[in-house]
Amino acid sequence: MKIKEKLIELILKLCAFITILTTIGIITVLLFESISFFRSVSIFEFLTDTEWTPLFSEKHFGILALVSGTFLTAAIAIAVALPLGLTIAIYLNMYAPKSFRKTLKPILEILAAIPTVVYGFFALSIVTPFLQNIYPDLETFNSLSAGIVMGIMIIPFISSLSEDALFAVPKSLKLAAFGMGSTRFQTAFKVMVPAASSGIIVSIILAISRAIGETMIVAIAAGQQAQFTLDPTIPVQTITSYIVQVSSGDAPQGSLEYKTIFAAGLTLFLFTFSLNTISFWIKKKYQEKYE
Amino acid sequence: MNNIRKNKIKDQAFKALGMLFTLFGVSVLVILIYNILRVGFTRINWDFLTSLPSRKPEEAGIYTAIIGTLDLMLLTVIFAIPIGVGAGIYLEEYSKKSKLSSLLEINISNLAGVPSIIYGLLGLGVFVRYFNFGGSILAGSLTLSLLILPIIIVATREAIKAVPPSLKEASFALGASKWQTISDVVLPSSFGGIITGIILSLSRAIGETAPLIVVGAMAYVPFVPHSLFDAFSVLPMQIFNWTTRPQQGFAVAASAAIIILLLITFVMNGIAVYFRNKWQKKLK
Repeated sequence: MKIKEKLIELILKLCAFITILTTIGIITVLLFESISFFRSVSIFEFLTDTEWTPLFSEKHFGILALVSGTFLTAAIAIAVALPLGLTIAIYLNMYAPKSFRKTLKPILEILAAIPTVVYGFFALSIVTPFLQNIYPDLETFNSLSAGIVMGIMIIPFISSLSEDALFAVPKSLKLAAFGMGSTRFQTAFKVMVPAASSGIIVSIILAISRAIGETMIVAIAAGQQAQFTLDPTIPVQTITSYIVQVSSGDAPQGSLEYKTIFAAGLTLFLFTFSLNTISFWIKKKYQEKYE
Repeated sequence: MNNIRKNKIKDQAFKALGMLFTLFGVSVLVILIYNILRVGFTRINWDFLTSLPSRKPEEAGIYTAIIGTLDLMLLTVIFAIPIGVGAGIYLEEYSKKSKLSSLLEINISNLAGVPSIIYGLLGLGVFVRYFNFGGSILAGSLTLSLLILPIIIVATREAIKAVPPSLKEASFALGASKWQTISDVVLPSSFGGIITGIILSLSRAIGETAPLIVVGAMAYVPFVPHSLFDAFSVLPMQIFNWTTRPQQGFAVAASAAIIILLLITFVMNGIAVYFRNKWQKKLK
């Protein structure tokens, strides 16, 4: 009996340790291939060159060209998702009738449940032609359309998580502000948002991290030309869509092209890892404050 | 007096803006679904569901993609559920507050934030190359299992946490061992919450494309996988491939396939919500 209990505990413990193995696996795979990549390409060139052309005959390995595409699409997405998401969160929390809030929140969350390949198709076949009506010089593949659609996809990340944070603010604060004669608008921006600020910041950081790592929307709608640019009307390539491009072709194992996707992946992992770590610590601190 | 009026106007203006933005979000959803139905609905018929992919858009079907998706999900369930639920039980019931347990916790929260394409690179390095599984359905399902593990673990923990301590204490008082208490008391009463998490994680996995591209899922597979080491395609992969073709016929086929994929996703989410509501009522 005792042995059986111990054995079960051991098996369950092993299950939990698979998550540690996963992390070790990710770091090992990324580092292993990247180190071998940096034997052929200098880190200096990787970080300072502004051209990324590993698949051409004249090869350049400047990750900045992919990083700029990644940040451009993510910035457009956040520019859409942040004002909309935050306004919706405040509206649902402070203004909307309870029944309204209860139906609308899950409906908006459907936006986050739709597979990203569907959003890619939506961006390319509906949003881009629509934007071209307004601005005819927009190219078929561009970061504007991909960024906007990505922004719509991450609205629920910001609206739901921020609404949760607003909901967690003690009722007494809200009632005190109303008691002083504040309008809902004043209460929202002078009392509620500051009180829920850490939760709101966490939701924004997670949304940025999500936008940077998003793959299919940009792979379908933003194009495949790595360009060091901030022009939202022309094709760009992100770190993720470059990995998709190489994986869709047939890069032989051990070739330099094969290794580039791991170096690019490592760069992406470092970005999202830093963002996730920051949000984790903010969340920890915030929990201590209210519990 | 003037100030009060100004504040009231601001208040009303913000209310209108909030309503507008909320409606915008909902209408994008409606536009997206409407357009895809408009383009793709008439393309769905028995032939579409039972035909192989083809170079001619009018003849192309999603048979191999659907079977591939079902097989992949079945394998993912087999790998991910025992490990995910097991890890969740360990963290909630066995692990004591220590440096190790907080390391596990930080680690899982970080894994949940790793972009799915990075899991693809992990799968490529470990399953496809190191274990030499190739671009097989086995490598694909192992990769997806690791991807959804954090979701299942978190859901299991939340569900176990919600079980009233009195139930556990009663079980211990009757002389049940720790594992007897877990398997006969804790798991049955947290079942609804765990199932909800599992279904949601699968509905996430079913739409994943990026990691499978990296692992080597094929856009064109003229056969259904028969063994764990066969090449495979899945529904999102087929949609991605059709999306990148210039012919209008493929855009129609992509829309039709999207309808099927969305249908599966929404049904799974619906079932998850149903289980959650039922379970939450029971707990109360």
